[in-house]
Amino acid sequence: MKKRDPDLLLFHAPLLRQGMTTPSAMRDVLYALAPATGASLWFFGISAALVLGSCIAGAVLAEWLFANKETRGESLRDASGVLTGLLLGLTLPPGLPLWMAFLGGFVGIALGKVIWGGLGHNLFNPALLGRAFLLATFPIAMTTWVPSTGGEFFAIYPGNLALPFMQAQLDGMSAATPLGLLKFEQVVTPLSDLAFGKTSGSLGETSGLLLLLGGIYLWLRRDLDWRIPVSILLTVIVFSACLGLFDAERFPTPLFSVFSGGLLLGAIYMATDPVTSPVTPRGAWIFGIGVGVLVILIRVFGGLPEGVMYAILLMNAATPLIDRYTQPRVFGRGVESQ
Amino acid sequence: MKKNPSREELLKGIWRDNPVFVQVLGMCPMLAVTNSAINAVAMGMATFFVLVGSSFLVSTFRHLIPKQVRISCFIIIIATFVTIADYTLLALVPGVHKELGAFIPLIVANCLILGRQEAFASRYPTKLAVMDAIGMASGFVLALLSLGSVREILGDGALFGIKLFGENFEPWVIMILPPGGFLTLGVILLFFNWFKSKKDEFLEEVAAAQRSES
Repeated sequence: MKKRDPDLLLFHAPLLRQGMTTPSAMRDVLYALAPATGASLWFFGISAALVLGSCIAGAVLAEWLFANKETRGESLRDASGVLTGLLLGLTLPPGLPLWMAFLGGFVGIALGKVIWGGLGHNLFNPALLGRAFLLATFPIAMTTWVPSTGGEFFAIYPGNLALPFMQAQLDGMSAATPLGLLKFEQVVTPLSDLAFGKTSGSLGETSGLLLLLGGIYLWLRRDLDWRIPVSILLTVIVFSACLGLFDAERFPTPLFSVFSGGLLLGAIYMATDPVTSPVTPRGAWIFGIGVGVLVILIRVFGGLPEGVMYAILLMNAATPLIDRYTQPRVFGRGVESQ
Repeated sequence: MKKNPSREELLKGIWRDNPVFVQVLGMCPMLAVTNSAINAVAMGMATFFVLVGSSFLVSTFRHLIPKQVRISCFIIIIATFVTIADYTLLALVPGVHKELGAFIPLIVANCLILGRQEAFASRYPTKLAVMDAIGMASGFVLALLSLGSVREILGDGALFGIKLFGENFEPWVIMILPPGGFLTLGVILLFFNWFKSKKDEFLEEVAAAQRSES
């Protein structure tokens, strides 16, 4: 690699200045996540900040460590590493040991992004890949949910402070998530608790309304393809309504399905990752419907209480295929000549 | 520097042409039985025995084996040694034999062994063939051992069954499961390729410096 010449900058054709760049899009997503992040601080106190901070630190360290020496600072400037860390952190349980959160962020960027060739080349969403790794590696710690601290900001969950490579001490203070309650104990959580976040769950998924607020901001800024969240949510509503017709007692109601678990977080912020979702409008619909169907299938018929992560990862894998089959016809081609 | 041909054949299998990390052969046992160091060593020793024994026989009888049916002859020779290894392991270490299960008979299908017979033992004199087999098999054992150690240390906090980190160690469950094998192997391969590219770069620089001097 040669040293860059600061006096002579070469660009290719579109020289028009565009309002939307990668850093600005990433910053918009960070702003959109701000309310949900604030809510996680409110519900889970300083532990939330520590877990989120560890994830971001892991992600940024991986990004910095595996970058080319010449372009080391540049890959950090677009904030995509910070965003990945934040998104990953929001999907983690608040009482997770910090070293695991750090490892998750590191693996998410290293195996989810850098190894594929950097931003724009990855097949899977890095944040979700980090979470899948953590869930497969530390299944107990990743499914130990703690209740909200109840307003005490400086109360740290004892699990957070486990030494690296050591287990968290289980303090007996655990609380099942609404989906877990429904699946294993047949207890339905009231909808108002779900919408405002008065439940246990991962850091960012408890408050449905704030996530929707961020999604609307992103839609107004044209940073996300509205078809993907809309099609996911519509599919989930329609599918669970159909199931409800068979047996209203056994299956969750449509609104419960939408507001519980990580569905809103996944549908608005993760499934819409422009790198790992289809680019064509028709492809976006197919992608969204696929995610929605898989979410309900895993939640209702699968062994896990929550399936948003695997649903999105599976559809990520199908994205190149969807893109190939939904290419629009090139003008003047592909029609039989009269 | 005088080159000793048999020593060359011995050493190339361990590092430069390592069957696993460079040639990427024998992936099935590599991924399947390396979830603990002891399994990896048992598998490695069995493969070592089979490879050296069959290379010796194939190379000794290389002029007698008809070209048209050479593969079946190799397979019969290999299968004989695999059967010996199978029964020996069953008699000596029944516990490990049970853990390895179907993967011991499957040594027959290990492409590393058949590959060495076809590419080397059937064309070279016995001494070189045995040296090559010992080198390749040692490389294979080393690769299995390194993968098995990494997976056991992370997945169980132990090495050869001895706990390293005390009671409170949080096991990385994924490392014992098949994905852990793929991940670890991938990371090691990554390291080998990175090392190789660095070495090539370095050699190129040295060559360029020499050219500019002369």
